[in-house]
Amino acid sequence: MSFDFAIEGEKLMMLVYGIIGFAAVMGLLLLALGKVDSPKDRWVAIGFLAPAGILLSIGLIYPAIRTLTLSFFDSSSTSFVGLDNYVWMFTHAETRETLRNTALWVLLVPTLSTAVGLLYAVLVDRTRFESFAKSLIFMPMAISFVGAGIIWSFVYAYRPTESDQIGLANQLVVWLGGEPQQWLLEDPWNTMFLIAVLVWIQAGFAMVVLSAAIKAIPSEITEAARLDGVTSSQMFWRVTVPSIRPALIVVLVTISVGTLKVFDVVRTMTGGQFRTSVIANEMYNYAFRYDEDGKGAALAVFLFLLVTPIVFYQVRLVRQRRKEAR
Amino acid sequence: MSSEGRVRKRLTSRTASLVAIVIAVLWTTPTFGLLISSFRPELEIKTNGWWNFFGDPQVTMANYEEVLLNQGLLSYFINSLVITIPSVLFPVAFSAMAAYALAWTRFRGRDWIFIGIFALQIVPLQMALIPMLQMLSPVQEALIWPYPTATVWLAHTCFALPLGIFLLHNFISELPGDVIEAARVDGASHARIFRQVVLPLIVPALASFGIFQFLWVWNDLLVGLVFAGGGPDNAPLTVRLAEMAGSRGQEWQRLTAGAFVSIVVPLIVFLSLQRYFVRGLLAGSVKG
Repeated sequence: MSFDFAIEGEKLMMLVYGIIGFAAVMGLLLLALGKVDSPKDRWVAIGFLAPAGILLSIGLIYPAIRTLTLSFFDSSSTSFVGLDNYVWMFTHAETRETLRNTALWVLLVPTLSTAVGLLYAVLVDRTRFESFAKSLIFMPMAISFVGAGIIWSFVYAYRPTESDQIGLANQLVVWLGGEPQQWLLEDPWNTMFLIAVLVWIQAGFAMVVLSAAIKAIPSEITEAARLDGVTSSQMFWRVTVPSIRPALIVVLVTISVGTLKVFDVVRTMTGGQFRTSVIANEMYNYAFRYDEDGKGAALAVFLFLLVTPIVFYQVRLVRQRRKEAR
Repeated sequence: MSSEGRVRKRLTSRTASLVAIVIAVLWTTPTFGLLISSFRPELEIKTNGWWNFFGDPQVTMANYEEVLLNQGLLSYFINSLVITIPSVLFPVAFSAMAAYALAWTRFRGRDWIFIGIFALQIVPLQMALIPMLQMLSPVQEALIWPYPTATVWLAHTCFALPLGIFLLHNFISELPGDVIEAARVDGASHARIFRQVVLPLIVPALASFGIFQFLWVWNDLLVGLVFAGGGPDNAPLTVRLAEMAGSRGQEWQRLTAGAFVSIVVPLIVFLSLQRYFVRGLLAGSVKG
């Protein structure tokens, strides 16, 4: 038995100290801000923004710039190597495979999750068990990627033909008269089976957002269409889908960004072996296991570049909204 | 509606229900199978499928005893708690303050700061890891800090701020302006308005961001792996589970029970506070 009350107590004390320290800092800060208050807002605003501002600078802005610089240096960050790390990324066979896999993930996960989420949202809309039915699909969102990885590794578990199967996927194959498969070993299908896991997690997100959008469609529109005698599929393609276009875009974009950075699923289920690795997993390997900071940094920067167009698009949306609000 | 139309309608609604049920079954069976398996004896798990449980139900708590005590998951569970609680509290408070300043104080460049913070959401976690670790490890050594837990808090707090500020700003900026203006005219300071007027009004928003952040931190693997190390002193549950899945991938009696130990807390939080979580999601954003 490896449970030591002294050690665990010490950890919990850490938690208590952390919370006390935090409460003290917040209390003092608000007290001080109450004192400096003047008709001019500037100093108070700086005070309010200070904690977030400091943390963002040391936790995101500075590290991002530093990572960019590191990506032009060698593995020990001592000599400048120009674009070598980037050239390596696109020429090295294994990394190219990683890029191919990431592209597959980014193409398939958003489209499949959105498709399933939308279909399900439409099907259960205004039925008797709607909220229960939605919780079922939504539940995987509460499960960690690691947990999901284990759940699905178990579904994919393999036993030789002569013994009983313990994985559901292979049992179904056997019941249908097939041979059990090593789902996670054979490239390129293994990547597809990993992708299924993320689709399983993300469909709930798509479903919730799209379901809310569907409910927001003005009832006059659906009523008018119904009076015109449209079929359900016409209703879906000509009324529902166009009306929820903005929500569809948000969902696709959000899932794409999340998918680009997928790490846990791959790491838990295959460890990136059997040609299933993705950029985020290689980034971790190069930066923290092989001590190749330059290459790790270059992979991180590449991830950043992939999501930049999305930033611009969203910044535009937010600025529009702020202008309208005024 | 014509009778032909009605028949067709009933048919489509029948296939519709069928499709919905198929999706629902597909989405729940894997988790259900894992739950059943975690209560089956080791020999049973390893020799036949969990669906045989219904023909021959054998229930044991041995797997849970094994993972919680012998495999030390209880320690990791406590680590997860110690990591998660402050990592939720800090960013919620700091984001609320920043969001208030960006919504209700007037100063030059305010909108640009807001947009800048929003844009930071997209900086991938991966961009920040190497320099942050380089920066923090000498600090840790200098302080002879036995627990890297505080660095994990710091990392999670930093990474959560852009989303938090954006979400809370959406709520705070929609509070009625005359309430805040009136309080200003009465001579209340911003600090006082923030505490006594704004905070009570945005409790639902704080809750939805809090739950979001809770699930994120509890379920995180990458930050824990990089900043907390792998040992039972600091590493969260996810790190240990990922390790078990890697090195003991066939020990299903441990993996099934272990996975459930890690799932149970977020599941309870999620099911009891689902309403707030959904609201947070719908406020619409992208998590870095």
